Amino acid sequence: MRRLAAVPATVIASAERSNPALPSEDSLQDTRASAFPGSEPPRSEFLLELFSEEIPARMQARGAEDLARLVTEALAPLSPSHIEPFSGPRRIALIARINASVPESTVVERGPRLFGPETAVAGFLRKHAAVQEQLHQEGEFWVLHKTSPEQPATALIAERLPALLRRFPWPKSMRWGGTSGLTWVRPLKRVLCLLDGVVVPFRLAIGADDGHRLATSNLSEGHRMMAPGAFAVKNAADWRRKLAERFVVLDAGERRALIEQGLNEAAARERNLAILPDAGLLDEVTGLVEWPVALIGRIDDEFMDLPPEVMQVSMRVNQRYFATRDAFGGAAPFFAFVANIQAVDGGETIIAGNERVLRARFADARHFWDLDRKQRLETRLHALDRVTFHVELGSQGERVARLSRLAEYLAPKLGANPELARRAALLAKADLTTGMVGEFPELQGIMGSYYALHDGEPAEVTAAIRDHYAPKGPSDDVPAAPVSIAVALADKLDVLAQFFAIGEKPTGAGDPYALRRAGLGVIRIIRENKLRLPLRDAIGFALEGRHEFTADILDFLIERLRIQLRAEGARHDVLAAIGSDDDLTRLLARTEAVAAFLKTEDGGHLQATYKRAGNFLRTEEQRGANPSNITSTDGEGVVRDWFTHPEEHLLADALVACRNVPQLIADERFSEAMTQMARLRVPLDAFFDKVTVNDPDEAIRYHRLRLLNWVRSTINQMADFSRIEG
Amino acid sequence: MANAIPPPSFQEMILRLHGFWARQGCVILQPYDIEMGAGTFHPATTLRALGEKPWNAAYVQPSRRPADGRYGENPNRLQHYYQYQVIMKPSPADAQDLLLASYREIGLDPALHDFRFVEDDWESPTLGAWGLGWEVWCDGMEVGQFTYFQQVGGIPVVLPSFEMTYGLERLAMYVQEVENVFELDYNGAGVTYGDVFLRAEQEYSAHNFEYSNPEMLTRHFADAEAECGSLLRAKLALPAYDQCIKASHLFNLLDARGVISVTERASHIARVRALAKSCCEAWLAGELACAV
Repeated sequence: MRRLAAVPATVIASAERSNPALPSEDSLQDTRASAFPGSEPPRSEFLLELFSEEIPARMQARGAEDLARLVTEALAPLSPSHIEPFSGPRRIALIARINASVPESTVVERGPRLFGPETAVAGFLRKHAAVQEQLHQEGEFWVLHKTSPEQPATALIAERLPALLRRFPWPKSMRWGGTSGLTWVRPLKRVLCLLDGVVVPFRLAIGADDGHRLATSNLSEGHRMMAPGAFAVKNAADWRRKLAERFVVLDAGERRALIEQGLNEAAARERNLAILPDAGLLDEVTGLVEWPVALIGRIDDEFMDLPPEVMQVSMRVNQRYFATRDAFGGAAPFFAFVANIQAVDGGETIIAGNERVLRARFADARHFWDLDRKQRLETRLHALDRVTFHVELGSQGERVARLSRLAEYLAPKLGANPELARRAALLAKADLTTGMVGEFPELQGIMGSYYALHDGEPAEVTAAIRDHYAPKGPSDDVPAAPVSIAVALADKLDVLAQFFAIGEKPTGAGDPYALRRAGLGVIRIIRENKLRLPLRDAIGFALEGRHEFTADILDFLIERLRIQLRAEGARHDVLAAIGSDDDLTRLLARTEAVAAFLKTEDGGHLQATYKRAGNFLRTEEQRGANPSNITSTDGEGVVRDWFTHPEEHLLADALVACRNVPQLIADERFSEAMTQMARLRVPLDAFFDKVTVNDPDEAIRYHRLRLLNWVRSTINQMADFSRIEG
Repeated sequence: MANAIPPPSFQEMILRLHGFWARQGCVILQPYDIEMGAGTFHPATTLRALGEKPWNAAYVQPSRRPADGRYGENPNRLQHYYQYQVIMKPSPADAQDLLLASYREIGLDPALHDFRFVEDDWESPTLGAWGLGWEVWCDGMEVGQFTYFQQVGGIPVVLPSFEMTYGLERLAMYVQEVENVFELDYNGAGVTYGDVFLRAEQEYSAHNFEYSNPEMLTRHFADAEAECGSLLRAKLALPAYDQCIKASHLFNLLDARGVISVTERASHIARVRALAKSCCEAWLAGELACAV
């Protein structure tokens, strides 16, 4: 059967009506209403709240956004607007304005031909759930006029929301209670669903599945402890007010601001302390409390000599406590935290409890701190032989042996003492066998540094042990001290060399050994310290003779650098045009010189005329010209006697003057090289102005093409301009 | 703490929890008589979580974590401690409220304390089990683990259970405001936790780290594994599962002894998981046969 082109559906507006209940400001704000010229459909207030057991903090905001998006899509025929999503520990919700109904509409669609096969008509009717009487003859075709009656919003909501809720995209959903297959992030307890204050009735049951017997209602709940039990809701404003009365700060942004303010005020009251800002922790705490109450606890003085990083891990990671600073910016023996309840005793019990918990944690840390320091780091080295680094790559002990050789090799090139670099690399991983790092893996390196300091290792060594994992991420600082740089580079080059050599390169699908991060680490350490390190040799050393992988690793690093430049909005195309150089600092200086030149008027112009010259040559090359006829990299085959225009002489003079460019590049005087090349601009313009390249005399034409090739090859000495965008 | 009533002793706390959960319709069981790492291994949880029969039970289970031994020198760590375990299948709608009420029972008043439910996805690689739930926090202290079982022995559950695990020593330390586990008031009449268990911690730590016989343990592991297999062929799910629990504990002993490499570790866990899975399947098959 011929596929029938559907006539665009026409929507016929429903009968005009007015809504006296609607405040005028709402119609003014609502731009969507103007899609129905002359007929303002009444706008209704829609309130939906999914009340559940505690939602993981990290999933709340996304859950509310997904709810807003999905409801907007599902209720699109009701033109939702003014959508306000809400999220908190026990609920996601939204308020929206929607039309009170989907207006009556008629779809006009052309069907089969009048005298076509019966089956075509039957199929068409079945597809549109229509009957013969709805078909009209128009020309040679049957045309369906299908009128959908006006549908009240309640009907559309009740029809679409159960499926929406059953398929809600929580990152991880669960079953609970009986046999129902209705899942939610944690057990769903209530569905509050009101349209203009009236419950939109629907159930979440589907077929034999009872949907946990959940049905919509006008009920919500406030704070679990401070206002237990359900309450009835009249409308969105009533919902907000009653939740506030029942100790729930509904809006996540408001909760966050209140927490921040509360913490700062509580800290200021307590001996003028300040809170150490921590946006990530603030976000998390916002998802853990409905009624934030900021409190301050005391840290026993006996723990204040624990390394600050150790205190930080116990406090922040394990307990979600904020650190405080005294008026002079020093660590203060107090911590700040946020309770979820206004306790009847003013929080006294809660503070005492939290202090005791922290005391136990610190006592545990103190135990490891004291125990670990009883053993010198170097005596732990043999234990590293029993710690596996990677099944194919052996133990941490073997890795440390490689690292110390590599760090010692790198040191002289970085202005570092080779003996200290070797020593630091040897001890760098020893803390993996300490109790503290076993307990808090995130303290690796840091603990090693403290223990090395305790052992009396030189300051350069302790700093290198601490910093050799850096940079751990884009916001982490890179090491700057020479010995630290040597060990940090060795750490990363070893990982790259070892994994590339066993064929474990990162792929689009994954990078399980974080080789991209290691690569970026190498780049940042070199770049930010402006290191002059011949990477090819360094990689070769790390590969311990398996030189067949050197090029791969170098390409990988330069590609990471290009991606990094692109991310910074810098000229990554210029980097690609310059090509490979195993001295990244030189490569970047050259890139910057070319990029800076391209920003000048001369540069932009020269790039355009370079392209023009290139086009002539490319056309010729595509025609299959004998390359030797047009090839000239340094003016070979260009003979002044053949010049017929003064502009040709001037251009040749300028090109001759550029013969110092290779030396300038070799001397890394990149800006001067570019300045020299900029002098080609004027003669080249004049040449194109006055001289016809494609002279009828073949010999002259080739001669001029050779001149242009000389231009191209001169400029290409700096970078392949044909690969530069713009 | 502002509570005027003296906090319960260790044994009193257990008795109150027994009373509370018995009133909720739980069968009060006694500890299982095989060494295990956690109360979840008790067949009353692992096996009963499967199938369609409702089941409510509570019990204390001695839990052995050989690697956590500290010779009785660490105030917060034990290689043998007690878990109080509750399982209710299907999970009741008011599970969270029941839980909070149970804390009130042992002296933690939710109006005075800051109770929280903090995300904690539970997974037991050796049991092939997972569930979603929370750590229950009281004033920043983890006082229990709350899980809605989703899968056990690699089998998705028919009726999701609610599992609550209280770490009794930690909870008692909190309630009694004691900073060293060995100073816990055990019976309210002068006997401390240390009186009962300190020597055991010292001797078992020495055993776990220094004197256990790795060759013998390795042999016993293989024996338990083989025995589990033959009992399964006889369709004796419960005796087979005992062997699975034994294998798991033997693995923990070997691990504490530091004789298991990283790769061996993964393969041992996979072997125990395979046993657990087969036992669960055998148990379920028996349940279905009974139902017919």
